[in-house]
Amino acid sequence: MQAFTTLTAIAVPMHEANIDTNQLCPTRFNKVPRGPKYREILFYDSRFRPDGTPTEFMLNAAPYDQSGIIVADRNFGCGSSRETAVYALYEFGIRCVIAPSFGDIFAANCAKNGLLALTLPEEECAAIRRQLQDRPGATVSVDLAAQTVTDIEGKVHKFEIHEVRKRCLLEGLDDIARTQQYAMKIEGFEKGYYQEHPWFAAASHRG
Amino acid sequence: MNPRTMFDKIWDAHVVAEEEGEILLYVDRALIHEGSSHAFAALKRRSQKVARPQQVFAFADHYVPTTGRDKGIAGIAVDEIRNMVIAQHENTKLHGIRLFGFDDPAQGILHIVPPEQGITQPGMLICGADSHTSTHGAFGSIAFGIGASDMTHVMATQATWQRKPKTLRIRVNGELGFGVAPKDIILAVIANIGAAGGVGHAIEYAGTTFQRMSMEGRMTVCNMSIEAGARCGMIAPDDTTYAYMDGRPWAPTAGAEWDAAMTLWKSLPSDVGAKFEREVQLDAAQIEPMVTWGVNPEMASAVGNCVPDPKNAPDERRRSDWTMALDYMGLQAGMALQDIRIDRVFIGSCTNSRIEDIRAAAEVAKRGKAVVPAWVVPGSKAVKRQAEAEGLDKILSAAGFEWRDPGCSLCTAINGDQLKPGERCASTSNRNFRNRQGPGGRTHLVSPAMAAAAALKGHFADVREVLK
Repeated sequence: MQAFTTLTAIAVPMHEANIDTNQLCPTRFNKVPRGPKYREILFYDSRFRPDGTPTEFMLNAAPYDQSGIIVADRNFGCGSSRETAVYALYEFGIRCVIAPSFGDIFAANCAKNGLLALTLPEEECAAIRRQLQDRPGATVSVDLAAQTVTDIEGKVHKFEIHEVRKRCLLEGLDDIARTQQYAMKIEGFEKGYYQEHPWFAAASHRG
Repeated sequence: MNPRTMFDKIWDAHVVAEEEGEILLYVDRALIHEGSSHAFAALKRRSQKVARPQQVFAFADHYVPTTGRDKGIAGIAVDEIRNMVIAQHENTKLHGIRLFGFDDPAQGILHIVPPEQGITQPGMLICGADSHTSTHGAFGSIAFGIGASDMTHVMATQATWQRKPKTLRIRVNGELGFGVAPKDIILAVIANIGAAGGVGHAIEYAGTTFQRMSMEGRMTVCNMSIEAGARCGMIAPDDTTYAYMDGRPWAPTAGAEWDAAMTLWKSLPSDVGAKFEREVQLDAAQIEPMVTWGVNPEMASAVGNCVPDPKNAPDERRRSDWTMALDYMGLQAGMALQDIRIDRVFIGSCTNSRIEDIRAAAEVAKRGKAVVPAWVVPGSKAVKRQAEAEGLDKILSAAGFEWRDPGCSLCTAINGDQLKPGERCASTSNRNFRNRQGPGGRTHLVSPAMAAAAALKGHFADVREVLK
């Protein structure tokens, strides 16, 4: 996984609450194997008309076609668990989404793909979006180690992130390799567990 | 010992290790579907085997067609869709995973079949490659959806790293009104707490309304927990749960095994005095048949109401969200919900395709004729067989409804079943997001009875009037 340390990038404001993963990656594209094709898939139904011609959607034109950050409102990435929503953001070049809250599954998917989903209070997100509205193409900076967002006016916003998630992102740590250190513990757990709940294990002998 | 919630009891029983507040939890069951191809691709890149293939169950549901199944997999017209179904066969065979595939007599949706088979059981921790995995919490289990990377991790290790969510108890007490369904309860709950109202929380549904509810109804309620943003939803197991489990293929067998299971199951409900971080209470008697009018499930109202006017929105943000929603939905502020004309009806999905849903639809359908195309897609072959044994397919067909084969169909609109741009659908599914049922499609979420009523009228109607 690609590590995330610091980022200074064009930030695009998205004012609507509850932007769901269906919008980030329309369902019919879920079958596309992971890869550069996902750049076009991001927000496809907003960016392209049924005949395939591009719309006025802001990600289609400069400066926002070069966006690296999205500043959003509440509950960004709600809905379906599809990780393709994150693939689409990633391939487009988005490395960080700032919002007051996220869909839980989406936030976990981001962390597994080197994308920082960070939360700031509703008023701070709204303030940054207003700044961006006034100065399209301006950049915002994020420093994960320091846990800060620096907005266009130079104001520093401190954000909270779980220690483990932070470390994994900073180092680009692989989850599965980390867990494999616990293989003995998992096996030990299973021993006692299936003595206590033999009918859970019995499943493997049926059907 | 301090009184504990059901969530805490099940969570604690699955803790393998802890790292600075992240918990490694043991996973009893992993549920996957054709779309889990991304997870299999990741396993392949790592040359990784599935750690406990007998605890992983695969279902052909998202991509399978809901007509023309007699032609077999080869009969799937679109290459990319057919290849997804074939790839699932190959991947599950390679890893030794039980597949409820295209031709399996128990085939169906991954949130319908595991309960039917007894694969879902009280006290378990279940991860699914689909957000509606919250459904399985209806049995008193912790069940939640995860993305492809986390599913890769579960398949590789049989465990998952999670942080403990907060707990939210939603109590609903009292009898459901005539014509009011479990779907209406959960839509009313989401309208009340909001589409983000459950973010970061595990919900326990408690109160007499859920105690009196069938397992089918409980599954409908828990299914839509994710539409309130919650990590999972759960209902305490009771006599209704035990009776449902009895005799299912994967359920504990009669005798010592059953007795041991019962001892665990009876210990699961939240202790008296257990503390929840948040509590919400609704009165069942106040809940009416619901219709969504917007583009997320919190935009819902009782059928007798009007489409709200953004001018009356409680704040600026909602004013702009409502304006955008009405624009997408092609609705006028202030118009009566019952004046909204529909083009199609879809009765199905992991929310509402169980036998009781089909019965409720048939009960309404027999009172008239569908005036718009109306599909009924049972959730599994078992539901289909049961409905046919009860003659429900005949009733529905006679009323002009189309009786199809099991799958996700028009809920997720990935198998080719989809709305045309601008088409308006009364749907028993779970998401009214923009473009969800096809680009430009407009979705209104309702109960099966309300969907059937809309089919007969060509517009939304109060099912209580139709049933009178």
